[in-house]
Amino acid sequence: MTTNSPHAGPTHKAVEAGVTLLIALFGAIVVYGSLKAGINWGAEGPRAGFFPFYIGIFIIASSAINLWNGLRDGDDALFAEWGQLRQVLSVVIPTAIYVGVMPFSGLYLASIIFIGWFMRWLGKYSWPIVAAVALGMPIATYLIFERWFLVPLPKGPIEEWLGL
Amino acid sequence: MEELVNLFHGFAVALQPFNIMVMILGIVLGVIIGVLPGLGGANGVAILLPLTFSMPPTSAIIMLSCIYWGALFGGAITSILFNIPGEPWSVATTFDGYPMAQKGKAGEALTAAFTSSFVGALFAVVMITLVAPLVASFALRFGPAEKFAVYFLAFCSFVGLSKEPPFKTIAAMMIGFALAAVGLDSITGQLRLTFGSTELLNGFDFLIAVIGLFGIGEILLTMEEGLAFRGGKAKIDLRVVLQTWKEMPKYWVTSLRSCLIGCWMGVTPAGATPASFMSYGIAKRVSKNGKNFGKGEIEGVVAPETAAHAAGTAALLPMLSLGVPGSPTAAVLLGGLLIWGLQPGPMLFVEQKEFVWGLIASMYLGNLVGLIVVLTCVPIFAAILRVPFSIIAPLILVLCAIGAYSVHSSTFDVVLMLVFGVVGYLLKKCNYPLAPLVLAIVLGDKAEEAFRQSLLGSQGSLGVFFSNSLVGTIMVLGLIALFWSAIQEGYSRLRPHSVA
Repeated sequence: MTTNSPHAGPTHKAVEAGVTLLIALFGAIVVYGSLKAGINWGAEGPRAGFFPFYIGIFIIASSAINLWNGLRDGDDALFAEWGQLRQVLSVVIPTAIYVGVMPFSGLYLASIIFIGWFMRWLGKYSWPIVAAVALGMPIATYLIFERWFLVPLPKGPIEEWLGL
Repeated sequence: MEELVNLFHGFAVALQPFNIMVMILGIVLGVIIGVLPGLGGANGVAILLPLTFSMPPTSAIIMLSCIYWGALFGGAITSILFNIPGEPWSVATTFDGYPMAQKGKAGEALTAAFTSSFVGALFAVVMITLVAPLVASFALRFGPAEKFAVYFLAFCSFVGLSKEPPFKTIAAMMIGFALAAVGLDSITGQLRLTFGSTELLNGFDFLIAVIGLFGIGEILLTMEEGLAFRGGKAKIDLRVVLQTWKEMPKYWVTSLRSCLIGCWMGVTPAGATPASFMSYGIAKRVSKNGKNFGKGEIEGVVAPETAAHAAGTAALLPMLSLGVPGSPTAAVLLGGLLIWGLQPGPMLFVEQKEFVWGLIASMYLGNLVGLIVVLTCVPIFAAILRVPFSIIAPLILVLCAIGAYSVHSSTFDVVLMLVFGVVGYLLKKCNYPLAPLVLAIVLGDKAEEAFRQSLLGSQGSLGVFFSNSLVGTIMVLGLIALFWSAIQEGYSRLRPHSVA
């Protein structure tokens, strides 16, 4: 597979290097935070940052080895094709919106719209089926979680208006 | 003898009508979870954990553990009928299970898989019944250094035994430890790594991580592959079952070997997945039908399924007796114990006899119920797989969100779940193992506490971990496990030289 074909996409090597660097960055943040908390010995023995400091060092060190191993690899396989990544993003972005809206709209309304959107646009189902699933699932959820098992779920203005 | 009496009492607990009902519910939910892509044992149990908050702990653990057994059974259905492993530990089952189904022997393959699962689980439960109380009473004498040594051994076995590159395993594990360290330090009461954020005060809950990493991450992977299900019809009638059962005793050697591999791999936290591969590999090498493996050999279904189920079950042994879970799902169950107000570890066997023995008894019954349920209801479960992914996916995503929210009634956790999901997708694609990450989040605080208390006792000298024969032995075992792959590699490099 060459980069010019329709099956183009980022190489595995590049993505893996990126991920490894992000992990190393995470390790650096842990080290920084631990230093702030104190890594030496205090009155109660090792202070709060003592353990995470070495964890952070381990993260950075193992990432360095992983980075080196990854770059040494002569393999130029694809991480995924752009089309596949588009598929992935077509789930991630709506889910992000769904998750972001939930504190304001409550779980139920957001779920109805989310399921409906997913089935209508990605699944191309007819409206009656979409409506049946998108309304049925939250209703079932309400009964199972809130009524039978007494687990409260986030509610928004509509539920308040309905007095649920 | 005392154990038998306890077990008897346990059966009395497990056989209460409410617990039987919960058991069947758990098994059915578990099989559905095992069949659905994107829902697995660990995150399935994590999502349904909030449902148990209002139950008595014994019923709660029975339901959750039965979900786990159900998921173990369910993984085989998709592997054999659709060539899609519903769970990572059923990958090896596809090698011979799917070819059998293509030859029209789906019924035989499924019967063999379910029965082997049952045999493996039964073997492991008997082992737990006999061994767990001994381990627990032994572990009651553990001080902080011994406790840390046990954690050390557990994490080192991950590095040595997992098929991912060792430094990636270490990186994943350390990320878990770092996430566990965020928030209030349990010894000094000081805040750390929160960077001023109030949401991070209580640190990262591993349940959120499990739901994100395994649930959302898996959905994203499935989306990328653009799954289309195509598979044979499942029909099991009594005649096929009996015929297969008549044939199964022939493979008792394979079965016994797989049970042993499974128990071993389950107790050391390597888990069901490597156990199933190892068992399949050894059976292929040893069996006289070995060259037919991969073309639809029934023995090739028996070996991995027995081992996977034995390992999955055996993973509860260290969870119950030491408080060290042997698999991500066992870790979630351990998290459940904490939520219900029970302290996992050896004291459980002393203080919560009814709970422990009720659970162990329910493992016998649950697997029997599971076997009956899957044998009779296979067509229904297979039909679930024909529901298109574009309907299943949003429903699972919503379920994940509900599960993540209800752990602490926090919408911030739902956001975290999505972040973990994307991270899980990337890590999985880059060949980082997720199980050690999750286990490190669960055990991080305890391991750190044991480590710091040991150092406090020894005034900072690491020699405390080799100060007596017990702790020294465990540490050395840990080091051997840590360098296991290096030792193996060194050995195989040496060998050709000695020949040449």
